[in-house]
Amino acid sequence: MLTAYRREAGVAVAILLLAVVMSAAAPGFFTAENLNDIFLANLPVLIIALGMTFLIVTGEIDISVGSVFAVCGIVAGSLAKWNLPLALVAAMTCAAGATFGAVNGLLAAYIQVPSIVVTLAVMIALRDALRWITQGAWVQDLPANFQWLSFTQASYPLVVTGLAGTLFLSFAWASRSVAGVRAMYATGSNPAAARLAGIDTRLMKSAAFVSVGMLTGLAALLNSARFNQIPANAGLGLEMKVIAAVVIGGTSITGGRGTVLGTLLGVILLGAIGPALTFIGVSAYWERAAQGGIILIAVALDALSGRAEAYASHLVPARA
Amino acid sequence: MADALLRAVEITKSFSGVRALRGVSFDLARGEVHALVGENGAGKSTLIKIVTGALAPDSGSLLVSGRAVDRMDPALARALGIAAIYQQPALFPHLTVAENIAIALEPLTAWRRVDWTARRRTAAELLERVGASIDPDRVADTLSMPEQQLLEIAKAVGAAARVLIMDEPTASLSGREVGRLFGVIERLREENLGIVYISHRLEEILTLADRVTVLRDGESVATRRRGELNQASLIKLMIGRELSTIFPEREGQAGADDVALELRRVSSRAGIHDVSLTLRRGEILGLAGLVGSGRTELAGTVFGLTPPDRGEVFVGGRPVVITSPQGAIALGVGCVPEDRRRDGVVPPMAVDENVTMASLGSVSRRGLIARDLERTITGRYVAELHVKTGSLEDPVESLSGGNQQKVALARSLAANPAVLILDEPTQGVDVGSKAEIHALMRSLAGRGMAILMISSELPEVLGMSDRIAVMRNGTIAGVLARAEATQERVMALALGHQC
Repeated sequence: MLTAYRREAGVAVAILLLAVVMSAAAPGFFTAENLNDIFLANLPVLIIALGMTFLIVTGEIDISVGSVFAVCGIVAGSLAKWNLPLALVAAMTCAAGATFGAVNGLLAAYIQVPSIVVTLAVMIALRDALRWITQGAWVQDLPANFQWLSFTQASYPLVVTGLAGTLFLSFAWASRSVAGVRAMYATGSNPAAARLAGIDTRLMKSAAFVSVGMLTGLAALLNSARFNQIPANAGLGLEMKVIAAVVIGGTSITGGRGTVLGTLLGVILLGAIGPALTFIGVSAYWERAAQGGIILIAVALDALSGRAEAYASHLVPARA
Repeated sequence: MADALLRAVEITKSFSGVRALRGVSFDLARGEVHALVGENGAGKSTLIKIVTGALAPDSGSLLVSGRAVDRMDPALARALGIAAIYQQPALFPHLTVAENIAIALEPLTAWRRVDWTARRRTAAELLERVGASIDPDRVADTLSMPEQQLLEIAKAVGAAARVLIMDEPTASLSGREVGRLFGVIERLREENLGIVYISHRLEEILTLADRVTVLRDGESVATRRRGELNQASLIKLMIGRELSTIFPEREGQAGADDVALELRRVSSRAGIHDVSLTLRRGEILGLAGLVGSGRTELAGTVFGLTPPDRGEVFVGGRPVVITSPQGAIALGVGCVPEDRRRDGVVPPMAVDENVTMASLGSVSRRGLIARDLERTITGRYVAELHVKTGSLEDPVESLSGGNQQKVALARSLAANPAVLILDEPTQGVDVGSKAEIHALMRSLAGRGMAILMISSELPEVLGMSDRIAVMRNGTIAGVLARAEATQERVMALALGHQC
């Protein structure tokens, strides 16, 4: 059990260490207000990373989520300004994200263009199309009911916490109990064997792309509702944060292995490190460097433990 | 034979307890073509790998031009003038012919001016020497298969090779191209090179070779001069062994009348053509043939990996079109692939997850996996197949080869197939598991399952099959009833020779 969750345990220890250091060096870090800010700022990362975990598990990747996030934010704002009912705005925003996911999935899984190339192209195309269409203008004068999605500023964090928690639990549960998700793990772990077992590996990959797209739409909606205007250049670098969190959480970048618990811990560690540095007086410019360092440590540990395991499997004879 | 170019003495090599070579001796003289023949798995490739330094022998010694070589490695082999040409040429596909030759010949110094004119001239000279008219500026991946092989030979000749090992060089050549290749070999022989020639085509061996060494089950059975051999005596030397394993008895009359699977003149782009075959309920049909004769490709065609381009397929008497493995499984066709680690199981995943992988639909309700049902089903197969595993949650990679193979079998069985294709079901499996798998096959057939068993092991084919279909060059060369099948007749059909 412990060996199976070694990575999760490692990240959890790192988070605890950070907490101990912060409580000694800057107890002010733990005010409800500060934690709330950190949570809301990282909410989009968490929501998208849940879907990204399963996508990377299938052996694919999506680096267009930052651009899709920006487009979906503008879509949500524009729809809201037409005074459509909120539920419809939410549904259509998620549908827009899912559509981009479907396009990515179609090109990557069925036409078999490497997903990093497909989603790179979509990332650039969407970003520039958005710049051209909006001419850089932000969506402003949003209707009053859109702000905080008709909740109050005080209750909104509770609502989204509940939503994110529900999402996390259902993804964790799905990874053990939903046949389709089991098939995604098989697809990423050994595509040839999965295919010969009758699993439609292309469908599994596409489904993972669509879910990432849909979650990106949801994340964009929840994020837009926090402000009274929506920027046309939102989500810059978001894809890197999402993928980094997934990788730090122990998901194998080559597919087949990974847990959403690890991803949750990865999001927490990655999201907390920057504000923590600011709190103890380190320049904010070091945030990226610290995040990069964490990624390198995580990946290096992966490579080392992978090598150690391969070595051990040579020494220890398999059970007869 | 004091001046043997190459001499291997009493070479022994084991892989995890299985003896691949036992005390094999072999020598090669200047200007000699020495053929190496034997069934699949007789130890030819292992011997070649030891001679070229890719593998180290457990015991025995190698002498090159009379001098003992303690530790052979690929670089040393090259320096000593030993070059090997494999079935699949190992070229750099994006580089030109001249560059491919240059990489093999020029020193690998980073800072060195490249003399393109000299490169092209060397390439042209070498190609000329092996009788190939290939433009040195052509890119390697535009070359045809025979041209690629000639390029490989040119590389070897250019590297001043004195020993040239050719592994099935004619496997992908047409009759005319074979003739041209023989011309080149003739010329090399006159230049006093020694050539080790490996081939399944006996007529080639009997035209080309000065001497023939026959390997069987890792032992050198005989070395004879060409004049002392004909096709019949060669086949006898290759297979002459007793059935060493006891095979389970049939339970009653096998082969009910209803046909479970029928192929009518099926061809596919995988390289099989005009295959007609019937497989009845309760029957084990053995599919024999040499490696590359199209057996695995036929399995892939039936299982929907390379759907047929022409011909008809009937399952249970109804015409069907199978275009994917999931389609095949839905129609009750199961397949246990040859390379279990690559295709048969997902090694890092748990035993139960692997067993239900092909039947996820039947262990889930509305898309949700019923873990209890999954455990019950897996438990049943683990017990029936005697899979030795710590728990059902153990990763399959922690099991032994034989037990992994049983998991791969269970995966197919859990989908309740009416037709089961087994590709080399006991390859690399220990003796105990092998007997268990054989017993299981017999009992499955007894319960009415139709089994198509691909096997390269003749005793297994003869011991297990109710009928034997032999493939050669992508089609069925003949079907033998159990009573009329002998090792000689199967081999003769596989090699295309009438006894």
